[in-house]
This record gives sequence, C-alpha cells and structure tokens, in this order.
Amino acid sequence: MTTITASTTAPPRARKLVGAGRRQWIGLIYVAPAVALVMVFFVIPLGMTAWMSLHNWPLMGEHTFIGLDNYWAILRDTRFWNALKFTGYYTVVVTIAIFAVAFPLAIFIEKPRPLTNLYRTFFFMPAVVGFASASLLWSWLLNVDSGLFSPAAYDLGLIDRKFNLLATFQPAFWSIIAMVVWKVAGFTMIILMTGLQSIPQDLQEAAVIDGAGPFARFRAITLPLMRRTLALALILSVAGSILAFDQFYIILRGGPRNQTLTAVYWIFNQSFVSFKLGYGAALSMVLLVILVALSLIQLWLLRKPEGLD
Amino acid sequence: MAQAISARGKLAARLARHSTGIIASLLFLAPIVWTALSAFKPAAEARLPPLPPWPTTGVSLENYATLNSFGDGLWVSAQNSIYVSVMTVLLSVIVSVLAGYGFSRFRFPFKDLFFVLILSTIMIPFQSILTPIFLVLTRLGLHNTLTGLVGVYVTLQLPFSIFMMRNAFDAVPREIEEAARMDGAGNATMLLKVMLPLVWPGVVTIALFAFLGAWNEFLAALVLMTDQSKFTLPVMMTALQSGRFGAIDWGAVQAGVTVMMVPCLILFLALQRFYIRGLMAGAVK
Repeated sequence: MTTITASTTAPPRARKLVGAGRRQWIGLIYVAPAVALVMVFFVIPLGMTAWMSLHNWPLMGEHTFIGLDNYWAILRDTRFWNALKFTGYYTVVVTIAIFAVAFPLAIFIEKPRPLTNLYRTFFFMPAVVGFASASLLWSWLLNVDSGLFSPAAYDLGLIDRKFNLLATFQPAFWSIIAMVVWKVAGFTMIILMTGLQSIPQDLQEAAVIDGAGPFARFRAITLPLMRRTLALALILSVAGSILAFDQFYIILRGGPRNQTLTAVYWIFNQSFVSFKLGYGAALSMVLLVILVALSLIQLWLLRKPEGLD
Repeated sequence: MAQAISARGKLAARLARHSTGIIASLLFLAPIVWTALSAFKPAAEARLPPLPPWPTTGVSLENYATLNSFGDGLWVSAQNSIYVSVMTVLLSVIVSVLAGYGFSRFRFPFKDLFFVLILSTIMIPFQSILTPIFLVLTRLGLHNTLTGLVGVYVTLQLPFSIFMMRNAFDAVPREIEEAARMDGAGNATMLLKVMLPLVWPGVVTIALFAFLGAWNEFLAALVLMTDQSKFTLPVMMTALQSGRFGAIDWGAVQAGVTVMMVPCLILFLALQRFYIRGLMAGAVK
C-alpha cells in the first residue's frame, strides 16, 4: 500500500535521473557475458575468415600472404561451382516439395476440431528429431540389403531384384528429398498454421456472402494476408537448404560420383579433409556473401506490404 | 430427407477427414516407431526380412550391447552428449537471462550496437566461420574439449534466446519492479526472486531450444572433436554407420538412433506449448 503511494507521488523526472546515472554500468555488466561470447566465437572468427582467405594456410607450418589468389583459384574450381549449382537445385526442389506437403497439412490442422491436436503433434514429431538422427535412420531405411524399402518390396514380391536407391543420382536425390520433407514438413506446417489463424474470420465470411468460391477466397484473401508468414517459411527453408550438410554427408557421402556434393560439404572437404584452411576460408566468404545477399532480399520480401494491417 | 442427407454428408466428411489424418500420422510416425521396435530385435533376426517391424523371436538388448562395444562405447558418447547439452542449457539460460534483463531494463553505452550485433549473428551461418572457430579454440587451449563445443553451442543459441528473454522482461510491468525496489530489494533479489518467476515460461522455452540444438548438432561436433573419447552421439553414430569400425551393424545403428531420438521426443511431448511459443516468437520477429 505504502509503496504504491510512494512511487506515484515521487517526482518522476528526478527519480529517472538518479536511476539512469546509477544504472548505466550495471546494464553493461548484465550483457557482458553475452557480448564476450559473441566476440570470441563469432566476431573474431568472422574477421579471421576474411583474413585467412587471403593466405595460403596449411594446418601445420607457416601461412603466407597470397592476396586474392584463393579467390582466383575458386573461379577455376569446377567442383565448387558444381556443388553450388547442385545446392541451388536442391534448395529449389526441396523447398517446393516442403511447401507442397506442409500447406495442405496446415489447412488440415488449422481449425480446432476433435483429434486435431493429436494430428498436429504426430505430424510435427519428426521435426524435433535431429538432422543427424533422421539421416542415420533413413540411411538404414534406404539401405539395399538390410533396410526397409528395397527388401520389403522384394519380400512382398513388388520387385524381382533388390534395388539400390543410393547407387544412381536420380533415386538417391529423391530419397534425400523424401527424407527432408518427412523431417521438415511439420515445422513449416506450424509456421503456416499461425499465418492461417491470423486471418480474420469475418473477412472469409464476408467473401462467402459475396459469393466467392474457395479458390477465389484462397487467392484474394488467404495468400495476400499470409505474405509475411509465407516469406518467413520460405526464408527458413531456403537458408536451411543452402547450408545442407548432414543428410548428404551421412547418407550419400557426396556420392554417387560426387554428384551430390553441397557447398558446405565442399568447404568441409577443403578445410578439414585436405586441410587447405585458407582456401576453405575463401570458399566460406563466397558462401557467406551469397547468404547475406539472400537475407537482404528476404528482408525486403518481409517488409509489410502497403495498405495491409 | 434433406436433413438426413446432410447428416450423412457430415459423417462422410468426418470419415474422410480422420482417415486422411490417420494415414498422414502413420507416414510421419512409422520411421520412428519402426526403428525403435527393430532395435529390440536379436542380432540374428537382422538378417531376416524386415517385415514385420517388431521382433518375432523375443525382445533382445543385443543391439544396445553391440553398440556399447564399438570404439569407446555408446555410454561414453551418451555421457558426452548429455554433458554438452546440459551445460549448453545452463549457460545459455544464465547468459540470456542476464542479457535479456540488461537489454530490457537498463540504459548504457553501446546498448543498441550490442543488441544488433548479437541479433545479426543469425544472418551469418556458423558453418562459414568454422575454420577460425577451430583455430580460436586451439589458441584458447579448448581444442578437442567438450567445453569448447559448449562455448560454440551457447553462442549459436544467443540471438534467439536473448531476443526471447528481452521480450519476456519487457512484458513485466515496471510497477512490480518499483514496488519491490521500495520494499528494499537489491539487484540480485530483484532478478532472482521478483523477475525470474515472472519470465519462467520464456526460460523453459530457451532451455528447450538450447537442449535440442546442442543434442542434435552434428557438423561442429564432427569438426571440433577429433578424439574418439570426445565424440558426441551423432559423431559416434556416423563413424559407426560409415563402417569405420568394421562392417555396418544396422541393428546397432537402429539402437543408436533410438537413443538419439527418445530424449528429444519426450522433451517435446512434455513441453509442447513452450516449443510452439518459441516458434511463434521466431515467426513474429
């Protein structure tokens, strides 16, 4: 009781000034551990990446300054460009596949109906499993001799010879797509669901009264009002896919015939298998520039369209 | 008549709805359940056809035992994973609560700069700065140590968890703080006794994300941990699955994958609403 009167009767300006003077340094102490961690594990490594990319930097022995030579070497590195091309192709295909599965699921679970919560939970469960676990799991499912798909199809008499899904590019690629959609669709579904739920119900009802069919309503109301949500889901999917590594390393090891090397995989290869750290850093810089550019485009996509909320 | 038709139509719609739901649920759950069940097959059964998915000649822990006899064993890797995940949770909660409180309630030099700096780390993938992180850890004497890995994981969590905590503290009315201040609460009491209980849901959310992040991370652990006794579960399992320790034993792989998945699934099922809250916070941002 007394505290309330005291705080409301004290002259606000004087109190604020006293507080501000005393509080400043304390605030700095509170954020110091976070800032220190970001400095040590982020800012310094980021600066070093740029610095290292200008050097010939083996794991052992002296490093030497070589200017832009690493970058010139990248221009001739067909493996890297192929990896980049493959990563782009994978990103486009997997993103379309994820949306094609996640959007119908989001519509399916959007409204609270009996059992909806249960379905939501079930669809989402693979999303909390790690990419490494999911990849290991699928490497078994996809295995030609001891796995599920090929031996089960053989045992059921659907195929007359066990088929190795991972031996050639197309089946291997689509196997990975299937695995990633299985793992990620639930996550995208939840994000899209929040977008669907934020659309005012009366807007839909008004459109029904105006005689708009489901397709017209989807185009005129759902899609434009979900612009930000769609952009967010797109950003997460694209950023995640461009950095894809676990599933390609664990299931395919870059094979068949190096056709599924992703950009991160090639950087990993150059840095930690061949130990060309400077060259790996230069490759990282290229990937980093691509990703920051994409982030900026995405931020531009995310800005609020005029005239809407 | 019309009523009967519409009632029948409703029933049909409901049937269609639930059969879709059940089939889709099965598609999502089958690989998880299948692996968990198969892991209990005796080793001899692994050579038999994969159908049915459950063990037919008796439940066996043989696969888990095999797994434990690989390299330094399942238990060593599991301990490493538990240590790394628990430390990541503890440290990221402590660091983020402090920072969230600082950013929410105080004015100090470089405040905006620091906040933007921490948030902007989300734009730049850690995969692209892994080589120098490796060198920084070496310089700090933390190369090939679980502590070094924890440092990396905590830093990865910071943008999300500090953003989350700052918003949580922002939502606490200032009157509560002023009242406590008048009652003579010092800085430590204020944060621990007054504020922390009020932002508890946010703390659970960031702890959950920190655990899942650390438990499931693969690339950094693969690169930074060179000593087999320091492998976390995903790295150990990958070594096993790639046949580095002899022929691949798929029964052991299933057992290992089950060990990796179960804690995530249990935590998610127990803390679903905190998980969704975190996703929403990310989505609104």
